[in-house]
Amino acid sequence: MAADTLTSSEYIKHHLTNLTFGQHPDGSWGIAHNAAEAKAMGFWAIHLDTMFWSIVLGGLFIYFFKKVADAVTAGVPGPLQNFAEWIVEFVDTSVRGSFTAKNDLVAPLALTIFVWIFLMNLMDLVPVDLIPFITGWLGIHFMKVVPSTDPNATFGMAFGVFGLMLYYGIKVKGIGGFTGELTLQPFSSKNPVVQGLFIPINFLLEFVSLIAKPVSLALRLFGNMYAGEMIFILIAIMYSSGVALGLFGGFLQLGWAIFHILIITLQAFIFMTLTIVYMDMAHSEH
Amino acid sequence: MNINLTLFGQLLSFVVFVWFTMKYVWTPIMGALEKRRSEIADGLSAAERGKHEQVLAEERAKKLLVEAKNQAAEIKSQGQKRASEIIDEAKEDARAEGDRLLKAARAEIEQEVNRAREQLREQVAALAIAGAQKILQREIDAAAHKDVVDSIVKQI
Repeated sequence: MAADTLTSSEYIKHHLTNLTFGQHPDGSWGIAHNAAEAKAMGFWAIHLDTMFWSIVLGGLFIYFFKKVADAVTAGVPGPLQNFAEWIVEFVDTSVRGSFTAKNDLVAPLALTIFVWIFLMNLMDLVPVDLIPFITGWLGIHFMKVVPSTDPNATFGMAFGVFGLMLYYGIKVKGIGGFTGELTLQPFSSKNPVVQGLFIPINFLLEFVSLIAKPVSLALRLFGNMYAGEMIFILIAIMYSSGVALGLFGGFLQLGWAIFHILIITLQAFIFMTLTIVYMDMAHSEH
Repeated sequence: MNINLTLFGQLLSFVVFVWFTMKYVWTPIMGALEKRRSEIADGLSAAERGKHEQVLAEERAKKLLVEAKNQAAEIKSQGQKRASEIIDEAKEDARAEGDRLLKAARAEIEQEVNRAREQLREQVAALAIAGAQKILQREIDAAAHKDVVDSIVKQI
């Protein structure tokens, strides 16, 4: 669309730039006009598009489920309630299958993760140029509509899960048990001197594996969605290269979108399942 | 692709959504599911109980029917017995009455016979006397010859 006036690489770069609000290097606050300006804002900037879409989608999720929960009946459920119950039962079954301890937080956590991530991923199926085109008319030039292609969003969630893992790990096992898990295994010895030598090695191994959990959680989702988005953008470039290539691109986009339905559901499911498993590990003693 | 404040914005909204879901969504929906599950379980067990009771009632009805049949047969046979008894009694009564009537008739007949015989005897006696009077052609003192006459009467 914009490719008439832009080169392909500019087009791609344009699509991968968030609508960033922050402090310009000259001290004034405002929206970044290009990727370089956004980068120059440093840490104290915020992606308005990521925040907007994720909160809208999360709001949609809680609005729908709150509506069902308010009118919930143990009798014959309506179609909306039926649908909500189907999702709730699915999440509940997953939680019961993997989470053995007793914690009323885990199931709602899993439900939120699953539906929210699914909705954020679902935005990937909206044609890449549609919403940026509309907002372009309204004067907003950067618009990334898929929050889960922003590492801030995926890391935000992953750190939330990580925080809960640490909290419950320490709450259930105590400080001693928690640090013991980090330092006294996998290598242990009855000899105190050897054990002392093992502690730093154990800590190195266990700490890396502990940190790897939220990082892999966030990067897996981000990587999948970012790659998917990238392919949609590349297909979209074809539309500017004549009718034949454009038609071919249309087929490609359709095919990729259908395949992507699988990916977005799968990624939401993986994030949810791993969260449940990590929470279970935080609750169980070795 | 810059890591910035959005991270905390997302973290915060994530926490809020989870909190909201836990507080206002999960509990009522799971409550309804749980309630429905227990209602269905109750319904099923009630149906099971009803079926069991039906079987029991059928058995009871069958037993009652058999009892009633037995009773009816008993009453019938008792009735028949009583009827034949009544008939026998009636026969007995009739026979006795007949016998009585017969005896009375016989007695009456005998009485009549005796009376006739007595009359006949008297007449014969008178005839004999008359005959004797005629034969003898003379008056016989009836009183004087009463013993002879009586012996003749007795011989008749």
